[in-house]
Amino acid sequence: MSEERAQPLQSSLRVQELIYGLRISEVMTSKVFAVSRNCTMRDVQTIMKNNSITGVPVVDNKRVVGIVTMNDLMNALERGSMEESVIQWMVGEVQTLAEDMPLSFAISAFGKFPFRQFPVVNKKNELTGILTFRNINHALIRELSRQLRDMEQRHEHPPEPNSLTLSKVYQLSRYDFENGGKASSEIKKFLKSRGVPPKVIRRVAVASYELEINLVAHSNGGMLGFDITEDRVKISSHDRGPGIEDIEKAMTQGFSTANEWIRSQGFGAGMGLPNVKRVSDEFAIESAMGMGTMVKSIISLKPEKEHED
Amino acid sequence: MKISEIQSLEQFTCVQDQYTDAELTTGYTSDLLSDVMGNADEGSVLITIQAHKNTVAVSSLAGVAAIIICNDRSVPDDMLAAAADEGLAVFQTSENQFNTSALVAQHIGGCPAA
Repeated sequence: MSEERAQPLQSSLRVQELIYGLRISEVMTSKVFAVSRNCTMRDVQTIMKNNSITGVPVVDNKRVVGIVTMNDLMNALERGSMEESVIQWMVGEVQTLAEDMPLSFAISAFGKFPFRQFPVVNKKNELTGILTFRNINHALIRELSRQLRDMEQRHEHPPEPNSLTLSKVYQLSRYDFENGGKASSEIKKFLKSRGVPPKVIRRVAVASYELEINLVAHSNGGMLGFDITEDRVKISSHDRGPGIEDIEKAMTQGFSTANEWIRSQGFGAGMGLPNVKRVSDEFAIESAMGMGTMVKSIISLKPEKEHED
Repeated sequence: MKISEIQSLEQFTCVQDQYTDAELTTGYTSDLLSDVMGNADEGSVLITIQAHKNTVAVSSLAGVAAIIICNDRSVPDDMLAAAADEGLAVFQTSENQFNTSALVAQHIGGCPAA
């Protein structure tokens, strides 16, 4: 028996990777029904019934101060307290999501918290939407049909056999140092076979390998996606947490949270993310504690954009 | 110096000899793989005590042409197998990293920093 775990289909990983990269604001329901502090549970019941929804945020001057769910409503109903203010029955400590977060963070949040919906807020902390499982399912279906359309198109117009285009997604698990490095090595071979200059390949290899090792050494697992066109290599890394506490520190050479075991594997020098940034033409990192980290690195393949190494 | 010339020096034992001989113009001495990844020159010889399969992966991605394992550290079989796959030469020595670096520098025509 082979010890290697079967990798899911490339196409399903691709869809997952695509929806991970969407912003919460692209997926959430923007038309939100909210109530103010002085509304009653009866008001909430009417709103839920008329709009077939299961959660209504309570706002004070656009800021979320609580949420009333179906559960709270049942409790109030049972006690005959439907005329009481929502303040008495709402859940006050609400976990909100920021609208510009990647959807992967929201998916982790659904796994981590028992809530079935999250109020979404903008930078000013004002309520702008609500995110439910349903929104995620819709996004999934949308990306699935887009993927199918792409597949059909590729079937009708197959790309040139030796073209410099490739999309590939790799799944990586925590502490799987055995497989960490496979993706980078495959991508390197592909670029070499297409005659990309060694200096550029080296930069792609550095970025990709460091991100791969980060997923294995520091995350609870995640995926590494490659999107290669004639012009550029785009690498994106999404993980399921734990999130980076201080991004600025993580971007500092020599800072590392690696444990002894990771260090015994030769890693944890605190150069990973700084190395990725150094070789990238475009670099972005986002992280939220308990939800995940997303890193994007773009390396240009156009010769005119010489990178000073 | 050529990779094969390391093989002929008495201080070094070749433990993985399936490689294509190439000219070494410089070396890099480090035990931190990210450091090697970020800073080792293409076509250099890596001087390290990090005898691990991951060292081969990093060397191959960074374009390192040969690896010297110092202080007589034992080289695990899976590292040798990976090196053979990648066509990377691996040597072993009882010398430490400083002496090995000095020795290699002598043979590549002096210390580059001098």
